[in-house]
Amino acid sequence: MEHIVIIGNGISGVTLARHVRKLSDKKITIVSAETDYFFSRTALMYVYMGHMKFKHTQPYENWFWKKNRIELKKGYVKQIETEDKMLHFAEGDTLQYDKLIIATGSKPNKFGWPGQDLNGVMGMYHKQDLESLETYAPNNEVCKRAVIVGGGLIGIELAEMLNSRKIPVTFLVREDSFWNGVLPKGESEMINEHIKNHHIDLRLATNLKAINSDEHGNVKSVIIEETGEELECNVVGLTAGVAPNVDFLRDSGIEIGRGVKVNRFLETNIPDVYAIGDCAEQHEAIGNRRPIEAVWYTGRMMGETLAQTICDNKTEYKPGHWFNSAKFLDIEYQTYGWVFAERGRPEYEQHFHWRHAKENICITVAFHKDSNEFLGINTFGIRMRHEIFDKWLTEKRDVDYVMSHLKDANFDPEFFKTYENDILTQYNNTFNTNLTAHKKSWKRIFSKV
Amino acid sequence: MKAIKTIGLVIFLIGLAIFTALPLLGTYNLNEADFNTIVKEQNIKSDVFINELKSNIIGTDFNGMQTLSPKISEALNNANESHIKNKEWDKKIYTSSSDMAAVIGKKSANGFIANNKGFMWFLTFGLGIIGALMFILPNVILLGKKGIKNDGVYHESATNRGWIGWMVFIFLVSFYLVLYFASEYATNWTLIVDPISESLSGNPAGHWFVYGFMYCTVMTVMAVRMYIKYRHNIYQVFRTTSVLFFQIVFAFLIPEIMVRLQMPYYDFKNAFPLDYDFFFQWNLKDLINNGGIGIFILVWGIVLTLIVVPVMVYFFGKRWYCSWVCGCGGLAETLGDPYRQHSDKSLFAWKVERYLIHAVLLFVLIMTGMTLYSFFTETGTVLGIKTATVQSIYSLVIGSIFAGVIGTGFYPIFGNRVWCRFGCPLAAYLGFVQRFKSRFRITTNGGQCISCGNCSTYCEQGIDVRAYAQKGENIIRSSCVGCGICSAVCPRGVLKLENGPEKGRINPTEILLGNDVDLMDLVNQK
Repeated sequence: MEHIVIIGNGISGVTLARHVRKLSDKKITIVSAETDYFFSRTALMYVYMGHMKFKHTQPYENWFWKKNRIELKKGYVKQIETEDKMLHFAEGDTLQYDKLIIATGSKPNKFGWPGQDLNGVMGMYHKQDLESLETYAPNNEVCKRAVIVGGGLIGIELAEMLNSRKIPVTFLVREDSFWNGVLPKGESEMINEHIKNHHIDLRLATNLKAINSDEHGNVKSVIIEETGEELECNVVGLTAGVAPNVDFLRDSGIEIGRGVKVNRFLETNIPDVYAIGDCAEQHEAIGNRRPIEAVWYTGRMMGETLAQTICDNKTEYKPGHWFNSAKFLDIEYQTYGWVFAERGRPEYEQHFHWRHAKENICITVAFHKDSNEFLGINTFGIRMRHEIFDKWLTEKRDVDYVMSHLKDANFDPEFFKTYENDILTQYNNTFNTNLTAHKKSWKRIFSKV
Repeated sequence: MKAIKTIGLVIFLIGLAIFTALPLLGTYNLNEADFNTIVKEQNIKSDVFINELKSNIIGTDFNGMQTLSPKISEALNNANESHIKNKEWDKKIYTSSSDMAAVIGKKSANGFIANNKGFMWFLTFGLGIIGALMFILPNVILLGKKGIKNDGVYHESATNRGWIGWMVFIFLVSFYLVLYFASEYATNWTLIVDPISESLSGNPAGHWFVYGFMYCTVMTVMAVRMYIKYRHNIYQVFRTTSVLFFQIVFAFLIPEIMVRLQMPYYDFKNAFPLDYDFFFQWNLKDLINNGGIGIFILVWGIVLTLIVVPVMVYFFGKRWYCSWVCGCGGLAETLGDPYRQHSDKSLFAWKVERYLIHAVLLFVLIMTGMTLYSFFTETGTVLGIKTATVQSIYSLVIGSIFAGVIGTGFYPIFGNRVWCRFGCPLAAYLGFVQRFKSRFRITTNGGQCISCGNCSTYCEQGIDVRAYAQKGENIIRSSCVGCGICSAVCPRGVLKLENGPEKGRINPTEILLGNDVDLMDLVNQK
C-alpha cells in the first residue's frame, strides 16, 4: 500500500489527508511536532480571551483519526533523504514514505532586532506561543505593558487578546496607517480610529530598534527607532508577518526560495515530494495572487487540489476568485475579488467608497474605469454573500449592475438595518447615474452562472 | 461602576439569602374555624385525622414549617392506616401529606411574614431585582464598545463550572425539589406574592403562582442582561423581547385573568405534547363543562398542535416556537444564556439526544392514546395497564424531574437547553418538520469558514455547527432552535439564519467555493 506522509497537521495537511482518505485506501501518516491533534490556528486568540477552551479549537474529535485510518505521529523532522524516501526525526527514529507532502506552514518573522530572543518575546502563531503568552502575560500585574511590533492581522489580534485582560498595549506599526499595504486609505483610517478607541496606544510610522533585557534575561523595555524613546514592558509580540517554515529542508535537495518551490501541480523539483499551504512558493504568481499565500483558505484549497493528484487525477492548482476575511477588534471585514490599496494599484482600477456617518461600517468597490467591469469589494461591518460576488466576478458584471443588486448580496442577520439604498444614493450622486435598487431575489441568488 | 456592581451583588445576595431562608421561618397557629373551613373545602371525612389534628395542632404555635409538616404527615398516615385496616375507603384521604401541609400552612400562618407581606416581598424579590439590576446595568459602560462580549467566559467560576456554578446548580435543584415534592415549604413564598395574585385572579397565591411570578421576574431581569450584551444584534433584541412578551402576557397574565373571569386556566401558546396533560380526563371534562370558552380552548389546542405549529415551522423553522415564544425556551435564553457553552458537542451526545427525545415523544403519544381511549370508552385500563399509572409516571419522571429539576437545575453544568434538546416531545415533533419540510436553514457563506469553533462552542443545542460550516454546507438540523448566537459570535460573517426556497437547502459539499470551479463540479456533483 502506498504510504502518504504529510509533514504538518494544519489546515492544508489535514484537508489533504481527509480528501485522500475519501478517494483512496492509501496509508496516511500526518507528522507534527506542535500538537497531537489538528486545531484551528486562527482560534488560538479565543482561548487566551476565555471565549473557548483549547479543545474547542479542534474541529474533529480525537476518535476521528483512528476511525478514518489517519495515523498521527508526533515528532520533529530533522532531515529528509529524498533518495531513500526516508524521514529522520530529531528523536532519532525514521519513517519511510512513498509520497511526501510538506505542509509545515509558517513561522513569525524576526528581523535581527537586538534582544529578539529574550524571555517574554514571542510571536502569536504556534500553540507554544499561546502557552508562552499565558506564562508572561497572565494578567496586568505580571505584565504591566506589552509592546506589539508589526501592524498586520496577527498584530491586531494579539492587541485584542492582551486588551481583553486589561494589559496596556503599545502597538508599533511601520506604515503610516494600519495595514495600508492592503487596505485603501478610508478603510485603513477607520481601523486606526477603532484601535485607538479601544485604548490601544497605536504608534504609526514607528519601528523597533532594540529590546532590552533585565538581569534575568527577561524583557525590560523596547527602544523606538525614530525617537530613541524607551518603553518599559514585560512582553514583546513580534507580528511583522510570517515566513515559510522550511529551514529544516535546506540540505535536502528540495528547491527552496523563500518557501518550497512548487509548480502549478504543487510538485517540487523532487519526484513524489509536494508542498502545500503557507510553506509553498509558486514559481510564478497566479493572477494577482502572491507567490506565497499564507492564508487559511488557500491552504485548504491546495489540500483539496493535491488530493486529486495524489489519487491519480492529476489536477492543476487553479484557485477561483480571491476572497478573504478578518476581524479587527469589533469590526468584521470581508473581501471578494481585488481591491488594491494606493500602493500597487493598477492605473485602470477606480474606487467607490461609502462610509456610514457614525457607525464603523464602510464598503469600497473597485471597478475598471474604462469598461466599468466590477473588480472587487471590501466590506466592513456588513456581511456579504460569497456565492453572489463569486458569480458576479465570473459573469464579469459591470459596477452599475452590482450597485443596483447589492440587496442580493447582503448577508447580515435578519432585521439588521440595511444600507444598500444609502450606498446607491451616494453612488448615483458621485457618478451622475440614476440607478434604482432591485429588491432581493431568491431566484437570482440561486441561479447558476 | 465596579463599586455599583459589587454593592448590587451584595444586595442581590441578601435578597436571595432571605428568600432561601423563608421556607424554614415563620409561625403557624391553626384555629378551629379555619380548620373547619379546610375540612369542608378538602372534603375530609376522616374522623381520625380531624381528631388528631384537633388535639395536637389546633391552637398550638409552630415555629417553621419543619415543625408543623411532620405532625400533619404523621396524622395523615395514621388516619389512612387505620382506614385501610378497617376498609373505610370513603374516609381515606387521597391528598398528599405535602399538599395537606401546604393548605394548612397557608391558612395558619400568622407571624411577621404573614402580617408584612409587602415588606417581605421587598426584602426578597425587591432586593433581588434591585441588586441584580445594579449588577447588570453598569455593563452598558463596562463592556465597552458594542460587539461580541465573551471575554473571560472560560475564566470565570460562574460560567466555567467552577464553585459558583455548582452553587447555582445546588440552589436551582433544591428550589425545584421544594416546588414539586415539598410544596408546603413554599408557604411563605406564596404569602409574599398574595397581594399580586389577589389583584390578578382574585385568589390567594399557590406555589405555582410563586413559580410563575418568579419566572417572569427572572426572565425580565436577565432579559436586561441580554439587551446589553447583544445590543449590536437586533435579531437578539427582537427575539428576547418576544419570549419575554409571550411569557408575561400569555403564560402568566392571561391565565390568571381568565380565572378571575370564571374561565379555565389556560396558556394559549402552550402546545401539546409539551402541554402533556391537555388531553387528560380532568382537563377535557373541565373544558367541556366550561361552555363556549372551554370548547374554543379545546379546538384551539388541537389546531395549534396539528396545523399552526407545523405550518409555522415550514415557513420559519422551529425557532418561531422554541426561541421566540416558548416559556422553557424563554428561560433558557435569558437566565440560561451565561451557560450555553456547556452543551456537549460530541457525536456521543448527539446519539443520546436522538434516543432520548424520541423516546419521550413516543411515551407521550402512547400515554395520550391510552388517555383518549380511556376517556371515550370510559375505562380506566388499556390492555390491563392502568392509564392513571402511566400518566402519573410521565408527570413525575418527565414533567417534573426531567423538565424541571434536570432541565433547569442543570443549567450551570450541562448548558441551558438540556430539556429542549434531550427531552421536549414538542421539540422532537417540530424537529421532524424542520428537518424534512421547512424553508429554514442556517446558510454557510461559501468558503469563508476558518474552523475557529465559536459557533459550536456557543450552540446551546450542542450542534457541531463548525462541522457543517467548514465544509461550506448549510446547517439543517432538527434540533436547531434558531437562537442566532452562532451567527452572532462568528468572527467572519459565515452564518445566516434565513427562510428561503426548499430547493438547494441541503447542500453537502466537499470542495468549497473559491477553489477551481471544474474541481468543484467534479467532486461536488458526484
